[in-house]
Amino acid sequence: MDSSLLAVRDLRKHFPVGGSLFGKARGVVKAVDGVSFTIGSGETLGLVGESGCGKTTTSKLVLAAEEPTAGTIEFEGRNIADLSRADLQDYRAKVQVVFQDPYSSLSPRMRVGDIIAEPIKAHEALSAAEVRGRVTELLELVGLRPDAARLFPHEFSGGQRQRLAIARALSTRTRLVVLDEPVSALDVSIRAHIITLLEELQQRLGVSYLFIAHDLAAVAHVSQRTAVMYLGKLVEVGDSLELCAGPLHPYTKALFAASLPSHPDESREEIVLSGEVPSALSPPRGCSFHPRCPFAMPRCSEQEPRLLEASPGRRVACHLYSAS
Amino acid sequence: MAPLLRVSDLRAHYVGFGGTRVVKAVDGVSFSVEAGETFGLVGESGCGKTTTCHAIVRLLSPSGRIVSGRIELEGEDLVKKSQAEMRRIRGRRIATILQDPMASLDPLFSIYDQVAEPAYYHRSLRGRSLRQRVMELLAAVRIPSPERRMKDFPHQLSGGMRQRIVGAIAQAGGPRLIIADEPTTNLDVTIQLQYLNLLKDLQRATGVALIFVTHNLGIVAKMCDRVGVMYAGKIVEMQSVRGLFYRARHPYTKALLDSIPKLGVRQPLYGIPGQPPDLSALPAGCAFHPRCQRATDRCRVEEPRQHSPNGDGHVRCWLPIEEAAARG
Repeated sequence: MDSSLLAVRDLRKHFPVGGSLFGKARGVVKAVDGVSFTIGSGETLGLVGESGCGKTTTSKLVLAAEEPTAGTIEFEGRNIADLSRADLQDYRAKVQVVFQDPYSSLSPRMRVGDIIAEPIKAHEALSAAEVRGRVTELLELVGLRPDAARLFPHEFSGGQRQRLAIARALSTRTRLVVLDEPVSALDVSIRAHIITLLEELQQRLGVSYLFIAHDLAAVAHVSQRTAVMYLGKLVEVGDSLELCAGPLHPYTKALFAASLPSHPDESREEIVLSGEVPSALSPPRGCSFHPRCPFAMPRCSEQEPRLLEASPGRRVACHLYSAS
Repeated sequence: MAPLLRVSDLRAHYVGFGGTRVVKAVDGVSFSVEAGETFGLVGESGCGKTTTCHAIVRLLSPSGRIVSGRIELEGEDLVKKSQAEMRRIRGRRIATILQDPMASLDPLFSIYDQVAEPAYYHRSLRGRSLRQRVMELLAAVRIPSPERRMKDFPHQLSGGMRQRIVGAIAQAGGPRLIIADEPTTNLDVTIQLQYLNLLKDLQRATGVALIFVTHNLGIVAKMCDRVGVMYAGKIVEMQSVRGLFYRARHPYTKALLDSIPKLGVRQPLYGIPGQPPDLSALPAGCAFHPRCQRATDRCRVEEPRQHSPNGDGHVRCWLPIEEAAARG
């Protein structure tokens, strides 16, 4: 077995849609359609894609909040579908989540101390004093004063709330945190703090992150490896800096072209995609990106490209790079 | 030549709790926009960007008031206009594009009705010429098969298409100035690029001036000619876009630039300490001093005046970066 903490293999999640309450479904949305990746211990994997590409469904599958239609998720070498109830509890303690909007992810009726203590109480048998001690420790870890425990979430700003959400996610000896757009809802001047905090915490605690976002620059900044998702499939995976230096897949190239310049004289290869993301209900035949792809060949509309290694550590699903 | 729009010393406050709480959302803002140029207004949420825009078109919420200042559109002061006069200006001479296209389109009217309305009222088009104009506008914002699409209702369109419809409505009255308030915040990155390019093309074709309100410095770099950086209701720095990115003078501008991740570079980010201030209880002196690394005693008591160190733009800071660097 390899040393990765989390290994996802050929993961699929299909949702039936349409039809009436008892009627037969009229179709399936293949939200996640054959996704494979690994996350090592202490590593950050970035997952980028536009809305509706299946990023969030992937995160729900990893969090064991949804059951996959097919495929396996292995955590510390064990398939989570085979876990007993008790072991699944333990898995849920080790794999935690931070959501995008800290205004809706923290209960307004609970004190901060209780919010952070809740997962500890659910997963570990500790005395009240020990729980309080751990809460104080966690608050200091994320850079908040220990007396914050007595306050309610509305007394905090957006950035501070996101710190609370991070403290909660780290409360149970967490090994992997799913970060679902953790900075998108925050002010520009606050984002840098949260990103820096996440990086520091990773160095101190050795946790792994699955960092989901649509902002390529932020993802590439935080994660060692980046995976690009389009319509339920990974189209390119590779080292973040290499990926930035030379994106291979036309969709990755377009994403880079679309991410905004950092100063006015920065010249970019302009790849403006025509059209919009097709409906996941009826994805195009062949490569699902071909109707928008400026480099599409006849083959692309017939045969679906597989995710193949283009160079060591770099996988791409595109006929341009597969030897015919 | 007078500029197309000149805002001078505009103050717009929100008054609440029986006059005991005054939020100085816009507190002495001055800028001008020339015909055909793009002026960027940058800042974090709650810095007064949107209030500035609403004040210009005189659409402040009932608790908001323009306390003082002038808003001159081609020489006419909009502050003195009645709402009836404003109705003939909005849509005809100034149009707006707002952040959420679903909220700015009426779900009960077809695309045709909504795009046709400004052309009907402000350009007095009727019948076939109105229909022709709507088709042109939809084609200009690259709606595929406009003839079919104009019978659709907003819910039948995707987010990117809806925002393009809003762009078509803004154009319909033939305005000289479009105020775009974070128009791409709700769009996906590839759709955002399409939309920004579309706005640029429309501007080239019609010569309309744009006020672009955003918190995204990347959009500023791509779109704007001149930029004003807002903080706590004031423009703290105004410069040409190149000047801003290469020679930022105000510590806040510099900090903002250092806090955004750059593509493919993994250098540590600078986090601005503290929080944006509460606009109803501003700190004494310079509003940015509690978060500023360079703050001196003077910054804590005396509010910096606006001055221009070398002619290009201006800055509100006692210790702008360039001067200090030259001295040290």
